[in-house]
Amino acid sequence: MTRKQRRGTLIGAAVVLLGTAAILTLFALKDSIVFFHTPSDVAEQKVKQGQRIRLGGLVAEGSVKRGGGTDVEFSVTDTIKTVPVSYRGVLPDLFREGQGVVAEGVLDPSGHFRADTVLAKHDENYMPPEVADALKAKGVKLGPSATHKPGTAAN
Amino acid sequence: MIVEFGHFALILAIAVALFQMVVPAVGAWRRDVRMMEAGGTAAVSQFFLILIAFTALTHAYIVSDFSVANVYANSHSTKPLIYRVSGVWGNHEGSMLLWVLILALFGAAVAVFGRNLPDSLRANVLSVQASIGVAFGVFILFTSNPFDRLSPAPFDGRGLNPILQDPALAFHPPFLYAGYVGFSMAFSFAIAALIEGRTDAAWARWVRPWTLAAWMFLTLGIAMGSWWAYYELGWGGWWFWDPVENASFMPWLAGTALLHSALVMEKRESLKVWTILLSILTFSLSLMGTFLVRSGVLTSVHAFAVDPERGVVILAIMILFVGGGLALFAMRASELAQGGIFAPISREGSLVLNNILLTVSCATVLVGTLYPLALEAITGEKISVGAPFFNMTFVPLMIPLLIALPFGPFLAWKRGDLPGAAQRLAVSAGVALLVLVATAAYVQRGPWLAPLAIALGVFVMLGAVSEVLYRAKFGQVDRAEFQRRLLNLPRAQFGTMLAHFGVGMMVVGIAATSAYRQELILAVKPGDRFELAGYTMEYKGAIAGKGPNYEEQTGEIAVFSGAHQITTLFPSKRLYDAPPQPTTESGILASWRGDLYTVLGDAQSGGGFAIRVYFNPLVRFIWIGALVMFIGGGISLSDRRLRVGAPVKARRRQSAAA
Repeated sequence: MTRKQRRGTLIGAAVVLLGTAAILTLFALKDSIVFFHTPSDVAEQKVKQGQRIRLGGLVAEGSVKRGGGTDVEFSVTDTIKTVPVSYRGVLPDLFREGQGVVAEGVLDPSGHFRADTVLAKHDENYMPPEVADALKAKGVKLGPSATHKPGTAAN
Repeated sequence: MIVEFGHFALILAIAVALFQMVVPAVGAWRRDVRMMEAGGTAAVSQFFLILIAFTALTHAYIVSDFSVANVYANSHSTKPLIYRVSGVWGNHEGSMLLWVLILALFGAAVAVFGRNLPDSLRANVLSVQASIGVAFGVFILFTSNPFDRLSPAPFDGRGLNPILQDPALAFHPPFLYAGYVGFSMAFSFAIAALIEGRTDAAWARWVRPWTLAAWMFLTLGIAMGSWWAYYELGWGGWWFWDPVENASFMPWLAGTALLHSALVMEKRESLKVWTILLSILTFSLSLMGTFLVRSGVLTSVHAFAVDPERGVVILAIMILFVGGGLALFAMRASELAQGGIFAPISREGSLVLNNILLTVSCATVLVGTLYPLALEAITGEKISVGAPFFNMTFVPLMIPLLIALPFGPFLAWKRGDLPGAAQRLAVSAGVALLVLVATAAYVQRGPWLAPLAIALGVFVMLGAVSEVLYRAKFGQVDRAEFQRRLLNLPRAQFGTMLAHFGVGMMVVGIAATSAYRQELILAVKPGDRFELAGYTMEYKGAIAGKGPNYEEQTGEIAVFSGAHQITTLFPSKRLYDAPPQPTTESGILASWRGDLYTVLGDAQSGGGFAIRVYFNPLVRFIWIGALVMFIGGGISLSDRRLRVGAPVKARRRQSAAA
């Protein structure tokens, strides 16, 4: 086999694989990405029912109600609009009223958000950037917990 | 005083690095042996200076000197000693200091162990290595100085994030960094080769041990992080396809490809240009990982609060080195000599396939990780890319890789015999087929892909073993002769076998635990009984307790198999004093069959607790597999052929001695 043929085979194999990967990636990006929305987006009906989204904001003060078993109800607010959320399971350690939260799930017809995942975080001082940006965009003044303090990073 | 001493040592180290960056390179240019020799001395002194700085900071942590801002922000006097020490790198400033310490350590290692390198190559390598050191040293000094003082000194510190107060995580960053930074050696060697316009088999032989060492540390570092996330976060998961995890996984994929392509370059003088490019890319991905983690631009479940300003500086450093490296590559790559010819079906061919699959899969991870950033920059929409994306893209690429993996070592260099290799793998494939049928019959549920993946893992494991057996002529010669042959095999052969065996173990563990995990979430009162995966459990109640720097609620769960009690699990919820933060401690019963994993949730209004119970089948295979890969790498590294390094031509040795 000549050098040219060998190179041809190699490049051919690489192109086929890259093409396959690109097609897979495009399909995956179409089907499996999840958009982030704020409670105001939900109120403005930007979110289709049954579409899987991430809902981000603050856990409304006084909204956390523990039902029977492991059912939990709480509200996510961007201080302008509020969306009720129900979740079944054990909440992450740092879940607290007044703190930033990201919940992933589906909006049902009654405007209730059914979360199957509530995003945990590792650090008291951490606020997911989407939540921080979204709240800032709504003109919400963030408490000290959302500002980036130097010297608290890890890992 | 000691702190100022450390601060001063750091400044001096940067000055030395600056010297080391310029002088040896100029020496190599002018063929001035004395100037080139100065690089070695500088590399060793730079290492000791940074070691002094690092020790000074560690001392400040141990004695809880809260007049140092960094200690105040990340330590507390009540913390156990081990976490006061690991607190040094449990924060941004300290971890960057550890980063440059490891960087300097690798530089010093080249100076000490690289005596048989050609003078000019060694000088250029040290110079490139020093330039990375200068960039990060200046970054530390001006944006993240760990030696800044506070006045007046506070009475006590704010404490280390409690979830980092854990033995596995105490050592996770040093291993991870040794991996990340270890790839800087491949980068420095690649740049030096491009400067000289010359690469050969000897070059690959010098680069391979460094890459192998870095790869080993990265493998173990990632595994430790995954293990920690598994038992400490209380979600029962071991990998989340989270940007921070991907950031460490991409250099691993590229590094694995590099390890294999360097092999082709060393044995066959082929794939030179590609290997050089891969060296640059691997370290670029390490830099990108540092950037992604340190800048906090991505939403991550593992994110910690960070200062975005610093991200910009790391981004600038990254662009400088990646851009510079690639530009130099574009200018000089065509001058590198071409290597040997080989047929597509050959050892080289299989290693090329390995490289293509690994780099393409690395590219899909890169797309999945950076796509949210790009989309937000362009359209302002915020999205998250999670596990489904990677299951659709990364996993399909791994399947051909795993099928091809056992064939590679059976193929000869230059021209291989595929039917012959298939024949030698027949037994492994037969057993894997039996496993496939048995698994499918046993589980009778879950995705159809899972039994296939488990069988594939078994095929990889057995294929690795059968290669060594074949080399020692198992079954063809009598037992004594077989033993003699087995012992005479080069150690690297066993290293390869173990590394591939570990991959197979991981595949089995990943497939089994992803497909057949069982889960139970319920609210329990004392005396309640429940069952999962053949275990019967009884919740006995919760007791309050107190540790050195936390208070905890511990649940007591008796575990029975049949009527016989096996053990009692104690999952707990802790509330630390400083900073006041709750953490979850899972109660795990580990066995070969799988882990019974219990987590204590919130207290219920009517008394009792919410609990979660998981059964994760064969989950230990994942980390044991990684450990086996690490050991395999170590055995390979101890092979004499690797240690001796490249043969030095007699003429050159004389001139070096002169």
